[in-house]
Amino acid sequence: MSTTTIPPAGPQAPLSATQHYVESAQKRRSRLSIGALIVAVGLLLVYLAFSTSGEAHFALSNVFDEVQLPTISVPGLPVVVTTAVLCLLAGAGFLSGRLRNRMPALAGTVGGLAFLIGFLTWGAAGRDLPFPVSNQLAGTLSVATPLILGALAGILCERSGVVNVAIEGQFLAAAFSAAVVGSLTRSIPIALISAMLTGVVMSALLALFSIKYLVDQVVLGVVLNLLASGLTGFLFDQLVQPNSATLNRSPIMEPIRIPLLADIPFFGPIFFSQTILAYLAAVCVAVVWFLLFRTTWGLRVRAVGEHPKAADTVGINVYAIRWSAVLTAGLFAGLGGAFFTIGSTGAFVKDMTVGNGFIALAALIMGRWHPIWATVMALFFGFVTQMASQLQTLSTPVPSQFLLLLPYVATIVAVAGLIGRTRAPAADGTPYVK
Amino acid sequence: MSAPVPPVTEGPPPTVAVRRPRTLRWRELVTSVAALFLALFVGALLMVFSDPAVASQFAYLFTAPALPLGAAWVKVSTAYSALFIGAVGSPAALVETAAQSAALICAGLGVGLGFRAGLFNIGAQGQAIWGATIAAWIGFTFQLPYGIHMLVAVLGGVLGGAIWGGIAGFLKAKAGAHEVIVTIMMNYIAAGLMAWLLTTAAFQRPGRTDPIAPEVFPTAALPSLFFGRLHLGFLFALLAAAGVWWLLERSTIGFAIRAVGANPAAAATAGMSVARTTITTMTLAGALAGLAGLMSTLAPGSGFDPVPVPLTIGIVGTVGFDAITVALLGRSRPLGTVFAGLLFGALHAGGLAMQSLAKTPFTLTTVLQALIVLFVAAPALVSTLLPFLKQRKAPAVAAALPAGASK
Amino acid sequence: MPQTAADDSSAAPPRGLSLRGITKRFGTFVANDAVDLDVRPGEIHCLLGENGAGKSTLMNVLYGLYAPDGGQILIDGQPQHFANPKQAMAAGIGMVHQHFMLVQVFSVAENVVLGREPGSLGALDMRAARSRVKELSARYNLPLEPDAIIEDLPVGVQQRVEIIKALANDAEYLIFDEPTAVLTPQEIDELMAVMASLRDEGKAIVFITHKLREVRAIADRITVIRRGRIVGQAEPGSSEAELAELMVGRAVSLTVDKQPATVGETRLRVKDLTIVNPAGAVVVDRISFDVHAGEILCVAGVQGNGQSELAEALLGVTPVSSGTVSLDGVDIHSLSPRETIAAGLGYVPEDRQHDGFIGDFTIAENLVLNQFHRAPFSKGLSLDLAAIDAFAQSRRSEFDIRTPDVSHLGSSLSGGNAQKVVLARELSRPLALLVASQPTRGVDVGAIEFLHKRIVAARDSGTAVLLVSTELEEVEALADRVMVMYRGQIVGIVGPQTPRDVLGLMMAGVPYEEATAPAAGQQEVSS
Repeated sequence: MSTTTIPPAGPQAPLSATQHYVESAQKRRSRLSIGALIVAVGLLLVYLAFSTSGEAHFALSNVFDEVQLPTISVPGLPVVVTTAVLCLLAGAGFLSGRLRNRMPALAGTVGGLAFLIGFLTWGAAGRDLPFPVSNQLAGTLSVATPLILGALAGILCERSGVVNVAIEGQFLAAAFSAAVVGSLTRSIPIALISAMLTGVVMSALLALFSIKYLVDQVVLGVVLNLLASGLTGFLFDQLVQPNSATLNRSPIMEPIRIPLLADIPFFGPIFFSQTILAYLAAVCVAVVWFLLFRTTWGLRVRAVGEHPKAADTVGINVYAIRWSAVLTAGLFAGLGGAFFTIGSTGAFVKDMTVGNGFIALAALIMGRWHPIWATVMALFFGFVTQMASQLQTLSTPVPSQFLLLLPYVATIVAVAGLIGRTRAPAADGTPYVK
Repeated sequence: MSAPVPPVTEGPPPTVAVRRPRTLRWRELVTSVAALFLALFVGALLMVFSDPAVASQFAYLFTAPALPLGAAWVKVSTAYSALFIGAVGSPAALVETAAQSAALICAGLGVGLGFRAGLFNIGAQGQAIWGATIAAWIGFTFQLPYGIHMLVAVLGGVLGGAIWGGIAGFLKAKAGAHEVIVTIMMNYIAAGLMAWLLTTAAFQRPGRTDPIAPEVFPTAALPSLFFGRLHLGFLFALLAAAGVWWLLERSTIGFAIRAVGANPAAAATAGMSVARTTITTMTLAGALAGLAGLMSTLAPGSGFDPVPVPLTIGIVGTVGFDAITVALLGRSRPLGTVFAGLLFGALHAGGLAMQSLAKTPFTLTTVLQALIVLFVAAPALVSTLLPFLKQRKAPAVAAALPAGASK
Repeated sequence: MPQTAADDSSAAPPRGLSLRGITKRFGTFVANDAVDLDVRPGEIHCLLGENGAGKSTLMNVLYGLYAPDGGQILIDGQPQHFANPKQAMAAGIGMVHQHFMLVQVFSVAENVVLGREPGSLGALDMRAARSRVKELSARYNLPLEPDAIIEDLPVGVQQRVEIIKALANDAEYLIFDEPTAVLTPQEIDELMAVMASLRDEGKAIVFITHKLREVRAIADRITVIRRGRIVGQAEPGSSEAELAELMVGRAVSLTVDKQPATVGETRLRVKDLTIVNPAGAVVVDRISFDVHAGEILCVAGVQGNGQSELAEALLGVTPVSSGTVSLDGVDIHSLSPRETIAAGLGYVPEDRQHDGFIGDFTIAENLVLNQFHRAPFSKGLSLDLAAIDAFAQSRRSEFDIRTPDVSHLGSSLSGGNAQKVVLARELSRPLALLVASQPTRGVDVGAIEFLHKRIVAARDSGTAVLLVSTELEEVEALADRVMVMYRGQIVGIVGPQTPRDVLGLMMAGVPYEEATAPAAGQQEVSS
C-alpha cells in the first residue's frame, strides 16, 4: 500500500477530448442584453442625427493656456451618422454571436467610444462655443478624485469581509469636519488630517457594530449614512450656520502646477495642474494596490475576506485584521470627503455628497474589488459627470435637469449588466463568529 | 466540522404556529425602550456640547460644577420638554403625531416588506416622490366629483410608486443589479425628474417662474377624520398594516416572500420563482411608499386652513429614509412598524415643536432615529451599557433583520 | 487507558500527546464528557464515532479553537493551554480539516505560508514562499505546483495542500479530521499511503473517521467515541460489525432489507442531455439513460463529475442546453421547478441546509415548502394553517421527526431530523420520479437505516428513483443498477454486484471492460 504511486499534481489535467466549452445560457443572455443596449444607443444617435446641424468645435486648449492648440472642427451630421452606424454594427455583432476571442471587448469599446463621440458632436454641433476637451479631461480627473478615494476605502473594507455601504456617510462627515476645521485653522493640511480622522471615526463605528456586535452590514451602512446626515445636519443648523463666517469659510485647495510637466501642451493642464488631493488619490491607488498584493498584511486581509476560518486556523487574528483594514479605509474615505468642501467652495451644505459615496461603491463593484480597475470605473463616472456639466454650458436642447441625471443613469446601466455579474470576496458581509 | 447539535429540550405545550417565543418579543420591547433612552441621552450630550453658550460653562466644571450642569440641564430639559409636549402633550399634539406617522407607517411597511424578501429597498424616497407627483397632478389637472377624484388620485400615486419600485425589482431580478445602488440612484433620478416636471407647462403654476404646481382641487384632498391634520391617510396606513400582515402571514404570496428572503436557494428548489417574487415585492413596496408620498400632496397641511400643500421640490421631505429606520425598529413586522411609525411620528411632531419653542434644530430627530436603530440592532451593546437589563443572554435581534440582503 | 498511563508513569513522563478528562459543553449540551485520549509518535490512532458523537469538537479543543470547560492537554507530560490555534501550532499540533481550510482564490504557496509569511518589513516574499512549498513537497513526496490556484485543483490535491500546510509548521502531531469523505477510492488509497509514511517518519497521527473499512486498514489503535464519551477501545483486527456495534451502541444491520426490483415501464427517459455551466464548461455531455418504475438507479462518481448538475437540471433549476428529458412520456426539460414538481418529481437536494430547508421557517412550513400553493394547504391566495398543521402532525409521527412540536423552527432540528423533514415532504405525494442526492450525508447511522427503508419503499410503490451518491456503501446498499459518471459522461451502467475496485476505477474514468481486466486497469492508473 505504501508503494502506491501518487499522480503528479497541478491544475486539473486537460479535460477529456469530448469535453469542451460552449456559450452558457447566462453568457448568452448577457451578450444579448449588451447587444440590445448598444443597438438602442445607436438608434438614439440616429434619432439625434435629425437634430444635428452645422459644425461641432472641439477646443484642445483653454483660453488662458500659454500654448494655444488649434480648435478642431468637424461636420456634425456626418460624424453623428457615422458613430450611429458604428454603434449599430457593434451591437449587431453582439447580437449575431459571431464575435470570438477579443472581438466582443473590441466591439464594446467601439460602441462606447462611438456613442461618446457621437453624443458630444451632437451636443456641440451648431453651437457658437467650442466643446472644451481639455477642461473635460481635467474635470474628469477632478470629479473622479473622491470617487477613487471612496472606492479604495470600500475595497479595503470589503477585501477584509466588511461590506461598506457607509462611504456616503464617511464622505459627508469628513466634508463637514474639513470645512469647519479648515475655517478655524485656515490650514489645508490640518483640515485634511481632520477629515481623515473623521473618516477613521466613522470607520470605527462601522467596525464596532459589524465586527463586534454582528449587525447586518448593509443595514448598518445605511443607518450610519443617516447618522452622518443627521449629525452634520444638526451641527450645521445649531452651530455652523449661525456662525458661517467663522465656521464655514475654509480656504480651498488651489491647483498645484508641477513645474515643467504642467507646461506640456494639452496633457500638462490635464494631469499636472490638479489639486493636492488628485495627486494624493493617484498615490493612494498605488499604495492600496501595494498593501493588498505585496505585503503580509494584505495577504492576511484578503484571506480574512475570503475564508476567515482558514485564517483563524493558522493563527491569524481575524478581528484584528478586519479592524485594521476598516480603520485604514477610513483614512481614504476621509480624504475623499474633504474634496466636497475644501476641494470645492470651502463651505459645507447639508447632504452635499449627493450619492457620490454610492457611485464609488458602484465603481468598486464594477472594478471587481481591484484598486486599479475600480479607479478606471471611477474615471468613467467622472467623465460622465463632467460631460454633463460641460454640455450644460453649451445650451444643448436637452433640459439641464436631464444632464444632471446622467451619472445616476450611467451607474444604473453599469450595475445592471454592462459589466456582468461580478464575484465579491467570499466572506464579504459575513460576520466572523468563532 | 459537525456543529454541535442543539439539544431538543422539552418545549412548551404544542400550539399552532408559534413563531417566536414571547420572551423574545418581550426582550425586543425592552431593548427598544432602552435604545430610545440611550439615544435621548446621546442626543442630550450632543445638544450640550454643540451649544457654545453651554459648552463654555464647562470650564467651571471643577470649580463651580453647578454652573455647567445647570446650564446643561436647562438646555436639555427645555428641548426635551418641548419635544414631549409637541408629541403627546395635547390633543392637537396627538393629532399631529398621528398625521406625521401615517406616511411613516406606509413607507416603513414598504421597506419592511422588502426586508422580509431579503431586499434592501432604500428607494422608498424615489417611490414616494412619484406618489406625491402623480397624485398631485391628478389632483390639480382633472375635475372629478368628490370621492372619485380622491380615489383616482390615490390610485395614481400608488401606481406611480409601484412602477418605480417595480423597475428596481426588475433590474435586480433580471440583471442582478444590486438593489441598494439601483434604488439610491433611482431616488436621485426621481427627484431630478420631478424638478424637471415642475418646469413644464403641465405642472408649473401659471404665472410663476419658480418650481411650484397649482393647488389640488378640494375634491382630490384626503378628508380630515376629526379635525385639522388627522386625515383619511392614517386610516389607510392602519389598513395597509393589516393588509401587509395578512399578506405575509396568511397568503401564499407572503409565504414565497418570506421563503425567498430566508433562503432563496431553498425557495427556488421548492419551485418558487425568486425573480418573480423579487419583482412582486418591490412593486408592492413601491406602492406602499407611493401611498406615503401622496399624503404630502393630498393630505391637509398645517396652518389654520387645512388644505393640501402644493407640489414643490422636496415636498416629501425625507420620508423614504425615515421609513428605513421605521422598518428596522419595527423589525419588519406590520404591528412593530405601526408602533415604530407612531414613535417616529411623535418624534417628528415633537421635533417641530422643539425647533420653534426651544430653538433646537429639527435635524436632531434624524440623529435620534439613527441612534435608536443603531442601538436596537446591537442588543449586546445595550446590555453592556445598561447592565441591569442583562437577565439572560440576549438573543441577537440583528438576526431579525434581513439575512443575506447584502448578497 | 488508565493502564497505559500507569505503565508509563513509573518511568519518565510519557512521550506524546495526551488528553485528560476533556469536557466541553454548548449550553446544556455536553459535546465531550471527560474524554481521555493518547497518541504517541510513530502511531496512527483512530478516533471512531458517528456524526455528532463529539469527534470534531474534541479536535477543535485540541487545536485551540474551542476552550474546554474541563480537563487537560499534555504534551510529553507537560500541561498545555491553547487559547488559539497559534499556540496549538507552536506546540507542534497540525490539523487537516474535514472542510479544507484553504482560501480558494489563493495559490498553493499563498495558502501554505499564510499566517507565517516570509519577508521583511511587512513585504511579502513570494519567491521564498514558493521555494518553501517545493522543498516540503519534495521532502514528503507530495507533489504540488506552488503557483496553482486552489479552486482549479482536484480535491485530492487540495487535501495534499492541507497536509503540506500542517507540515510546514513542523507539526509532530497531525490530526486528520474525516479526511476521506471527499475522495475517490484511489485517492483514499493514496492518502492512506501518505499517512503510513508520515507515521514511519515518527509523526503521531490522530485519524478521525466514521468509516469502518478505513479504520481496519490503517489503525494502530482504535478508540470509539459515542455521544461525547469514550466507550471503549478496539483492536485493529476487529470486524466491521464489532466496530459498528461499539460505535452505534447496538447491533446495526449494515445492509438494507430489500426485495429484488420488480421493474415496470420506463418513467424517466433522458436523451442526449447536455448541460453547460455559467462559465461555459460542458458539465454534462450528451448523456442518455432511462429509469424504470420500481427501480433505483444509483449515479456513482466522485463529486464534481456532473451528477449535481444532472439532478438540478431534472428539477429545472439548472437550464438544459440541449437534449430531452421525458417523464411518463411528457417532455419536462424546459419546465420550471414548480412545473416539474407538479409533474410528479420529488427532489432531495444534495445540500440540505442550502437548498432543501429553511431554518427560519417552522417545521410545518418546511413540510409544505413546495406544496403550499396547492389544495388543501391553500385556497386561492389564502393559506389554510389548520390543514398545514394537521399535515405536519401526521408527517411528524409517520417519519418519527424528533421535535416537541411542528411549530418549532427548522433550525432547531438535528441533521438527521432535518433530512427526515425533507424526505417526509417529498415522499408524501404520489411520485413518478424521486431524485435524491446524498440523502444520508451528515446523518447518523440510526437515521440512515430509516431513510434507506423509506427510499426502498418509494421504489416498491412504483416510483422511479434516481439516487446520486458518492458513498460506495450507499450505492451497494440501495442500487438496482449503478450508473458511473466521469467528467460529465456516463462511463457505464453496471449491476449492483460490481466489485468495489471496479467501480472505483470506473469512477476514475476507466471503462468497465478495462476495469475488469485487472492488469490493464492497474497500468492505466499508475502510469
